[in-house]
Amino acid sequence: MIDTIQAWFQRLYETTGLNFTVFYDAYDWNRYVGGLRMTLLLGVTTILASLAIGAVGALLQSSPSRLLRGLVNGFVVAFRNTPPLVQIFFFYFGIGTLLPAARTADGLRAPILDNVQWAIVSLSLFAGAFNVEIFRSGIEAVPKTTVEAAEALGYTRLKAYRHVVLPLALRVCLPALNNNLINLLKTTTLAYAIAVPETLYAVKQIWSESQNVLEMMLVLLATYAVLVGALVWIMHRWERALRIPGYGR
Amino acid sequence: MAGIPPSTWTSDQPIVRVSDVHKSFGTFEVLKGISFDVRKGEVVCIIGPSGSGKSTLIRCINALVPVTSGTIRVAGIEVADPKLDKLALRRTVGMVFQQYNLFPHKTALANVMMAPLHVLGQNRAEVEVRARALLAKVRLAGKEDAYPGELSGGQQQRVAIARSLAMRPDVMLFDEVTAALDPETVKEVLVTIRELAEEGMTCLLVTHEMNFAREVADHVYFTDRGVIVEHGPPATLFSAAQDERTRRFLSQVL
Repeated sequence: MIDTIQAWFQRLYETTGLNFTVFYDAYDWNRYVGGLRMTLLLGVTTILASLAIGAVGALLQSSPSRLLRGLVNGFVVAFRNTPPLVQIFFFYFGIGTLLPAARTADGLRAPILDNVQWAIVSLSLFAGAFNVEIFRSGIEAVPKTTVEAAEALGYTRLKAYRHVVLPLALRVCLPALNNNLINLLKTTTLAYAIAVPETLYAVKQIWSESQNVLEMMLVLLATYAVLVGALVWIMHRWERALRIPGYGR
Repeated sequence: MAGIPPSTWTSDQPIVRVSDVHKSFGTFEVLKGISFDVRKGEVVCIIGPSGSGKSTLIRCINALVPVTSGTIRVAGIEVADPKLDKLALRRTVGMVFQQYNLFPHKTALANVMMAPLHVLGQNRAEVEVRARALLAKVRLAGKEDAYPGELSGGQQQRVAIARSLAMRPDVMLFDEVTAALDPETVKEVLVTIRELAEEGMTCLLVTHEMNFAREVADHVYFTDRGVIVEHGPPATLFSAAQDERTRRFLSQVL
């Protein structure tokens, strides 16, 4: 099976000049798959972390403490009003070099967080800031009287948030959340700028060496189209699973 | 009784004692010194024109609205105390709202089970048995798996009553619970409340259902513009009201 595919792409190259090295050259294929793995790692971890940041941030936004509310709003403004690439640079080159670092046996600098971890931190905060606002819009759509009913049953603010407000808010804000998570998945390509070997980085390496920019571009575009398609499919499944019979129509 | 914390309260004292309660929203004074008692097992109705502060009063009793001054004691719990144990109060006082306010993402059964599970941390199997029994009691056996959006207003309101009863309260507050219902479903909710009252549940109702108040209440309070104008047993209040305002109100609604 694999042999047939490899042979087919080899022939394609010989007959048309279209050189999809990734599909017949094991070395390029492994680099591509490595990049894909890294993109998936970045995508999954930043999606989960940004959701957690959004949920906690939105809860704190309605906190009685003015200080906490101010901090959340400051965070949202800072991360929403600046470009994500600048944020990644700021964390990796700015904060990263300020932090103390150990030395390896060879005397090389071994920072506390490596480039992959900084990319995850930075992208999670970036998307998290948007998620805070998205969750807030959902929370504001939950009727105050529903929360009051929970309070009257003895729920604390935190318990009411977890069992009543968040599940209802989530349903309202899922379409907006969808958009932000799709954007986040695509924004992981910015990690390229601090040499995180994700898909764009791997594919760029392949085309620099094999001189097949157009072919690898096509592979790259198709890859993201499929990845985003998968995410959209998952989110729609989730939306359907959360649908409440007889609610809101 | 399950909900009553150790306190100085004994059952020969009023279970609810409201003393000189004032409540202002900004400069607008809604309650201007309200005092009354509810004894254990009593059914008390508060009637009066819209905007007379009835709902605010009932919401003060379970601390959904803080009072401006005055005291409220419920089964020995000082409601206006800044160190109020809200959970203890809300285990003691159940509340049913005009708009039902069910949790729309949960089935009828789950709505009834949620608070005992989440708030009291009780055993799921036991809570489920109790919840099913409560739904049967409010005549909703068979509707356990229906979502609120699939139920009629009257059915939703009965789920809300069962949900409140699942916390085993000592006092039930009803805030105009039939005001949002179709005329034909009002009756099924009132029947449920009447049954509760007959079982000895202490009930405090804000209501516009004068016939219900006349038949079921032990005591009726007529409020207008933040004060209790007149009160008494329904037989007296409805047929021989003393105050001109009461008489005018009753002539409009009866």
